[in-house]
Amino acid sequence: MIDEELVQLLTPEGLRVGHPEYASSLDGEEIFSLYRDMVIVRRLCNESTSLQRQGQLALWAPIQGQEAAQIGAGRALQPMDFTFPTYREHGIAWCRGVPPEDVLRMFRAVSNGGWNPQHFRHSVPTVVLGNQALHAVGYAMGVQRDGAEEAVMTFFGDGASSQGDTLESFVWAASFNAPVVFFCQNNQWGISTPSSLQSKVPLYRRAEGFGFPGVRVDGNDVLAVYEVTKKALDNARVGGGPTMIEAYTYRMGAHTTSDDPTRYRIDAEVEVWKHRDPLERVKALLVREYQIKGAAFDQVNHEAEAMALKLRDDVLAMGRPDPITMFDHAYASEHALIEEGRREMLELGISGGAH
Amino acid sequence: MATTTMTMAKALNEGLRRAMERDKKVLLMGEDIGKLGGVFRITDGLQKDFGEDRVIDSPLAESAIVGTAVGLAIRGYRTVCEMQFDGFVYPAFDQIVSQVAKLHKRSDGAYTMGLIIRLPFQGGIGAIEHHSESPEAYFAHTAGLRVVSCSTPNDAYWMIQQAIEHDDPIIFCEPKSRYWEKGEVDLEGPSHELFESARRREGTDVTVIGYGASMKTIMRAADTAASEGVSLEVIDARSLSPLDLEPMIASIEKTGRFVTVQEAPHTASIGSELVAELTQRCFYSLRAPGIRVSGYHVPYPPTRLEEDYRPSVDRILDGVDRVMGFES
Repeated sequence: MIDEELVQLLTPEGLRVGHPEYASSLDGEEIFSLYRDMVIVRRLCNESTSLQRQGQLALWAPIQGQEAAQIGAGRALQPMDFTFPTYREHGIAWCRGVPPEDVLRMFRAVSNGGWNPQHFRHSVPTVVLGNQALHAVGYAMGVQRDGAEEAVMTFFGDGASSQGDTLESFVWAASFNAPVVFFCQNNQWGISTPSSLQSKVPLYRRAEGFGFPGVRVDGNDVLAVYEVTKKALDNARVGGGPTMIEAYTYRMGAHTTSDDPTRYRIDAEVEVWKHRDPLERVKALLVREYQIKGAAFDQVNHEAEAMALKLRDDVLAMGRPDPITMFDHAYASEHALIEEGRREMLELGISGGAH
Repeated sequence: MATTTMTMAKALNEGLRRAMERDKKVLLMGEDIGKLGGVFRITDGLQKDFGEDRVIDSPLAESAIVGTAVGLAIRGYRTVCEMQFDGFVYPAFDQIVSQVAKLHKRSDGAYTMGLIIRLPFQGGIGAIEHHSESPEAYFAHTAGLRVVSCSTPNDAYWMIQQAIEHDDPIIFCEPKSRYWEKGEVDLEGPSHELFESARRREGTDVTVIGYGASMKTIMRAADTAASEGVSLEVIDARSLSPLDLEPMIASIEKTGRFVTVQEAPHTASIGSELVAELTQRCFYSLRAPGIRVSGYHVPYPPTRLEEDYRPSVDRILDGVDRVMGFES
């Protein structure tokens, strides 16, 4: 389909294909559960886009087209693993158990984070491209020092693959054999910058130059993403060192709700990728191989709908925080300028005080 | 009082050793800090005694030194990052400003960014370009960070230990030109809290406030001034962000005049902040505006010229003359 080096276990038509290194280990129930997660995060994404269009969110970064990459990777994680996302890892957040409304706090502009990253073992969103890759490697160095069998996974895109921090994180991970998996979603576009401008070689091949394996997986094939990620994480946990995974996928929507992709890419390209939809192929497989009936799919759609309704209610209920909270956690300990700011705000009556 | 004499370099080394003995989660990371002991030998012998897992010789990339220290902090480690020279901290600037300073806030307190960035700063060693800079104001300006500077071996020994124990990220500025100067170190207890300023000399006519390498020059200027009948009160700011203003205010209420001294250019600098704060808080006590004695607004000069750039005894005394010259 795209490239013979691509690991694929399920074609866009929903047909299984063999691969010399990877085979799907999932039964019908598990595949159905991956499908369910993809439906839910797609719905989450659609609802969020609507909320933004209705003025309820400041911004939204859609993941349409990338559901298989995120659910496949997210579901391959173990509870004790730790993940370092960008601002577009809504599917990973879902898999880590972060409540959807918490994911939207940043986009509602009521928080710069939104959840307790230590509790969910899923770090807060990183907006500056590539910064989080170094955090992941540092965390993984801590895991090594603790002698723990845990893996760390970090996410970035084709755009961030050009950042110095990303490349420095490759050096560190290789030099210290850190238990980290670099999960690159190559969605072909960094806002308007095509991935061809980021790299003259397929991105996964960069890994070899840094001294660890790189794998290109069909990012729209949830079965393949799951197996490739699981193997890389398992390998990292037992001291096998880093792996880079390039999930070859496509950003079906805009970069964010502030973007207009019609200015820089052609409809025909989008049409091609529509035929590679990550959900449809799994649905076809479930129908054909596991005789899943319409009622089961309806049930998932109802569940997604209920989630979306609750999400909307939760978001609308998120009021403007008391301004005085901006001083909370700026520092871990007492600080004269924080006290001064708080005092001034209270004196001027800017803070409600009653919250 | 159990005091001993040692250089500032040795005092930092001993301070790091104490901190590492006390807490197994304390790590050191930087370029050439292991076998070599760092280009200034601050970490001499520590890798031999604490192992390569705790004293980490890193590849040469400053952003990664700080960025991985962030990850280690999230995991519960406390990393002391060594920047080899002030002028090499800029590749790490993004991590320091975008992540180190903000992650405690962004995580609503779930992450503790207890990490130290050691920065040999200021000039005076006759080095080539990028080895003599004073970037402290960049960091002092950034909410979420704290910035301190030691000026004596005793402070070096205690402040590095206090900084490591502190839960906020700290930019730890070390006046590299003073690394080899000896002083008394009291091994029993610190003379000050980490974020306190310290009065180094009592006087009555003009308050002179400085930090880092400038302190020694200020003390010399005070000797000269005294021989000319002018009494300088000298304050070591020590904490550059936040500033410990109360002792400075008390001093200025007494003297009515003050001069700040730093090697960095004065535009939007620690000196600027001191003048603004102290003018605002001591307005009715002031008999003259505060004067900033500083480096000039030029890139740090080739070091054959550096003694004409760094505040000298003469330039400090000129500043003193200027504030003394105001009549009120």
